[in-house]
Amino acid sequence: MPNETILLLGVNHKNTPLEVREKLALNSGYEEPLQALGRIDGLREYYLLSTCNRVEILVSADDEDVEKELAGFLFGDALTPDQYEKHLYCYRNKEAIHHLFMVAASLDSMIVGESQILGQLKEAYRWSADKKCTGPILNKLLHKAFSVAKRVRSETQIGSSAVSISYAAIELAKKIFGALDNKRVLLIGAGEMAELAAEHLVGNGAKDVVVANRTLERALNLAKRFNGRAVGLDELLEQLEQVDIIVSSTGAPGVILHKGDVKPLMRNRRNKPLFFIDIAVPRDLDPALNDLDNVYLYDIDDLNNVVELNKAERDKEAVKASRIVDEEALKFESWLSGLAITPTIAALRQKGNKISQMELERTLPRLKNLTPKEQKSVEKMASAIVSRLLHDPLIYLKGESCKDQSEMKVDLFRSVFDLDKKP
Amino acid sequence: MLNEITYLLFNSVVAVSFVACSVYLVFFFSQREELRKVARRILLGSGILQTLYILARYLIAGYTPITSQHEAVFFFAWSVTWAYLSFHWRYSVKNFGTFISVLVLIMLLIAASVSREFQPLAPALQSLWLPIHAGVAVMAYGFLALAFCGAIMYLLQERELKSKKFGFFFSRLPSLDALDQLNNHCLTAGFGFLTLGIITGSVWARQAWGTYWHWDPKETWSLITWFLYAAQIHQRFTLGWRGKRAAVMSIVGFCSVLFTLWGVTYLLGGVHSYAQ
Repeated sequence: MPNETILLLGVNHKNTPLEVREKLALNSGYEEPLQALGRIDGLREYYLLSTCNRVEILVSADDEDVEKELAGFLFGDALTPDQYEKHLYCYRNKEAIHHLFMVAASLDSMIVGESQILGQLKEAYRWSADKKCTGPILNKLLHKAFSVAKRVRSETQIGSSAVSISYAAIELAKKIFGALDNKRVLLIGAGEMAELAAEHLVGNGAKDVVVANRTLERALNLAKRFNGRAVGLDELLEQLEQVDIIVSSTGAPGVILHKGDVKPLMRNRRNKPLFFIDIAVPRDLDPALNDLDNVYLYDIDDLNNVVELNKAERDKEAVKASRIVDEEALKFESWLSGLAITPTIAALRQKGNKISQMELERTLPRLKNLTPKEQKSVEKMASAIVSRLLHDPLIYLKGESCKDQSEMKVDLFRSVFDLDKKP
Repeated sequence: MLNEITYLLFNSVVAVSFVACSVYLVFFFSQREELRKVARRILLGSGILQTLYILARYLIAGYTPITSQHEAVFFFAWSVTWAYLSFHWRYSVKNFGTFISVLVLIMLLIAASVSREFQPLAPALQSLWLPIHAGVAVMAYGFLALAFCGAIMYLLQERELKSKKFGFFFSRLPSLDALDQLNNHCLTAGFGFLTLGIITGSVWARQAWGTYWHWDPKETWSLITWFLYAAQIHQRFTLGWRGKRAAVMSIVGFCSVLFTLWGVTYLLGGVHSYAQ
């Protein structure tokens, strides 16, 4: 337990470009990298998180020298130390705990307040725990991180305001359609943004997803993810009679859907509202669509404006959430240092007993005329001296008065009494 | 004695409705959820007082108090209040109450500004048909007024969504779908009552004057109103008319209702304008 360090190394979207993160992302799952981590000396417990926005290693180690090795492990052959220096962050103890809580509470995410990260964290932990890579400290730390995330979610509004384009689109859709239950979604183009938007829409109750794409194969792949259908681009107008929400994100150089195409459709739709979301640059959809009755068109700039409006609200909530994280991180630190006190007390007692035992063994054979009863008294005296002498220091060590300094106290005791000497 | 009670009742109705409207407005600006419940209870109180006032007038006059200008407008306010309260009992539309309470207060103030004198009942009106015909007609106006409020809210919200400038109303108004449904429900109910009102009126006319239809200005305008709403409902069923067009039609229809109620009485006269 002594000198144990909690170490967190990683890269995230803030200071590492996507090209670098792509190289680091663990595509093969957690199993292999965890085994590889296990081969590094000096790690007591370890855990690994890999998402599209971050890769992080969290360990508890005997000494701090493992940092270089861990960095080497993280970057593999992808980058040299000179290259990765500016990307890598490395936190220890206090800072590591704080960072982990920030990540779990989705305050460090690209889209602050999004809820996906907690699931990813839990999955990563499950892998580490199953492989017996985590021990008492990381178990406690990660469970605490989950409960911090939960607390932040329930005590602040961080997750509820529209903070990303997808969220903004959903908020608008709800103002048009009320509930999104049973609404049909059409994706034109099978890009990543479209996928994300569809994910949010389905998460909010949308029922049917149709994917229209130039290449049918990609459309099929994406449609499979949502149990939807794939259609060709030439069937677009036909589909427009059935769907309610359209997300367009093709790479087409010009407008692919004109006002004149949609206008006659509205009669067949019995004027049911259509909500177009155009996230393509350059735009896919004719801006004049917005002039049609019961048709609402938002392009990427319009959505960004909604996001900006909501940002102020979100920042206010983020401050509240940070306070919760600070508070919980402090609590955890004090638990951690409390953990160090107990073994220190035990080690101190053990040392005292050992000294008295040693001295008795040396002295008793020289006192030949002692009755067994007198011998007992001498033994008692020896242990009494030890416990009396240790009494006040132990009271001081356990004392509540300066709890936040317990780390310092433990260090002091360990060096004064030389408790860390290897036997 | 009873006269004093009615006087007090009327003033307290206006006062309570004023408080309800103020609390609703404060709620509308601050969006504090607990205020909404308070405002609704006050409006309910106002509705009960309105009913008591009508009863008291009935006891004094001995006939259904719906013949004078004051009484007709008051009855209108009463029907809007109770149409809303009964409607709310089934399902709620965000911030609808604020708009309703403003409308009710405006009507009560109009009722307060005209003469509250009791007028002797014209012989032609001394019939059991009076409460039936007038009551049904006024209930129709109540629901059509709800549709009118819903339509105004729809247009406000639609403008925010179309212009993409999210101002004051965006977060405070419900979804377009909810407002469109509200419009639809209230129109259907209001149209049903309106049809019944015209039928009972013509049956009564047959008894009183011997013919079903007189082409009296009020009858004509009621028929115009009826056609306006009938056209809208027809279009909704066949072509799926909804949204902005339906909302505009609701507002046009309600203007026609208001003209039938006031314009006809003051401008055109006829057998319905007894109290002048």
